[in-house]
Amino acid sequence: MASASEHRLRKRLLKWGHFIGLFLAMCVICIPGLWVVLNSFRPTVEIMAKPPVWIPNELNLDHYRAMFGGAGEGGIPVWTYFRNSLIISVTSTLIALLIGMAGGYAFARYKFKGKAMTFVMLMATRAVPGVALSLPVFIIFGRTGLIDTHLGMILVYVALNVPFTIWLIDGFFRQVPKELAEAAEIDGCTRWQAFWKVEFPVARAGIASAGIFAFLTSWNEYALASQLTRSVSSKTMPVGLLDFTSQFTLNWGGMCALAVLMIVPALILTFLVQKHLIAGLTFGGVKG
Amino acid sequence: MTRAKLPPWLLLLMPAFLILAAVVLVPLLLSLYSSFTPYHLTRPETLWKINFPFNYEKALTDLGFWKAFGRTVLLLTIALNLEMLLGLGLALMVSKVQRGQRTLRTMMMFPMMFSPILVGFMFKFIFNDNVGLVNNALQSMGLASTAIPWLVDGNLALFAIICAEVWMSTSVFAILILAGLYALPQDPLEAAKVDGCTPWQSFRYVTLPFLMPFIYIAMAIRSLDVARAYDIVQVMTGGGPAKRTELLWTMIGRTGYVDARMGYANAMGYIAILLSIAFTVYFFLKLQRARRELGMED
Repeated sequence: MASASEHRLRKRLLKWGHFIGLFLAMCVICIPGLWVVLNSFRPTVEIMAKPPVWIPNELNLDHYRAMFGGAGEGGIPVWTYFRNSLIISVTSTLIALLIGMAGGYAFARYKFKGKAMTFVMLMATRAVPGVALSLPVFIIFGRTGLIDTHLGMILVYVALNVPFTIWLIDGFFRQVPKELAEAAEIDGCTRWQAFWKVEFPVARAGIASAGIFAFLTSWNEYALASQLTRSVSSKTMPVGLLDFTSQFTLNWGGMCALAVLMIVPALILTFLVQKHLIAGLTFGGVKG
Repeated sequence: MTRAKLPPWLLLLMPAFLILAAVVLVPLLLSLYSSFTPYHLTRPETLWKINFPFNYEKALTDLGFWKAFGRTVLLLTIALNLEMLLGLGLALMVSKVQRGQRTLRTMMMFPMMFSPILVGFMFKFIFNDNVGLVNNALQSMGLASTAIPWLVDGNLALFAIICAEVWMSTSVFAILILAGLYALPQDPLEAAKVDGCTPWQSFRYVTLPFLMPFIYIAMAIRSLDVARAYDIVQVMTGGGPAKRTELLWTMIGRTGYVDARMGYANAMGYIAILLSIAFTVYFFLKLQRARRELGMED
């Protein structure tokens, strides 16, 4: 019977080990974010306190008030940054989706020579490091006057998002059986009508999640934006974040407040589509 | 009516080709050309002078460049492998949970939503020697008597950067591997059990080969954007202290924008671009081969 009880003990140990491991992993994942959220509500004195104050004595909205008050905290125009980010991200996402739908459809429904190669080439354009790409784009935009404009940023982000959008949407169109569209064509639809009436509605959720992915990329991008935007009129929030830093000091509280403002929209959008996101990535990849 | 002769697939892909040509291809050609010139931002006429191998020779004989290059490859190797292992571990743990798995999965996706620049800033805060979470915790628990200069010491700074990078990207691996575990067919696993495999053996010879394509997908997705680490490094250390966390990308940025030596920066940029594309193509080919082995191809 010794081995049976030993077996039981080992099983219990494994169970506890599993639980503790999981708990620690989740702590590591969540604590940095929570730390930032917490500090956005704490007065600067308490953030800087030595020895550290672990249990907050005072929580207030000072940093948020200063941030939205405009000229308060060094006059960082957070609302303008927010608006720039929103305009640039939404527009570039919509355009990237249209282009990506056309491209994804082509990859999912047509056979042509050099398809695999074309696909890898498309992806390779996405792999170009932002900072290396920004150098020539900076020179060209400087000459054509696109620098520091919304239009310039939108163009860049569309190009950045198109390859990945094609990959995801291709995966979703593959899941729609060919026969569905063919049946519609037999019933007298044109291919164009068949697409909008049959294939698009079936793949719609997937396309939406590809959109969210594109939106997040534009919303979060920094390497290109930091060089191609110069003034308040086109700076996006990731670039604006650096306004809180100066040579020797950092306004931690204010930075945390802006960080929260950046995360919340991303958080909401991601929760809305998380299921489709995983499906899209794996379908696109495994069965592609 | 030559337009009508275009095959439909080409017509559909045309907008994608056009925008990529305009925003990626043409600039890349320009950067290739300007990497042959001593182009200096403040002196436009230098764009027309060709001094072909000079910039490349200069980069390839510069010790600082090779150090940054080596550091970049080292960082990518460590980070990608760690992310893969941790992601695999995390996915396996989450897949064993009976209740509340959805919540755990959602929590797991949390770091994916963060902007890399935000991750950099967050870890700069956490590793700050004065007010950071890590030092505060260590000192409160009595594990360290003085503040540890995380971001000031070269090696510790590299460690902190890897922490940030791994924190941000492990979830990509975990999510995709988890999706693979859900799709895992149960029959071979049961057969392995009947044949008397130990849990380790059935993991090693049944589960892992099946997961490989999913791991390669994650690798391929990650390799598309390895240069995201630039944002993190830029905000955490800016390549410092004394260039000891300098990566290829921060070096390019500084040479191009701060020193305004665009020609030289573009030459280094081209080397970085080739490195990134090599990574991407490598993993895409691996992915295709793994797919073929499992018979998942169309």
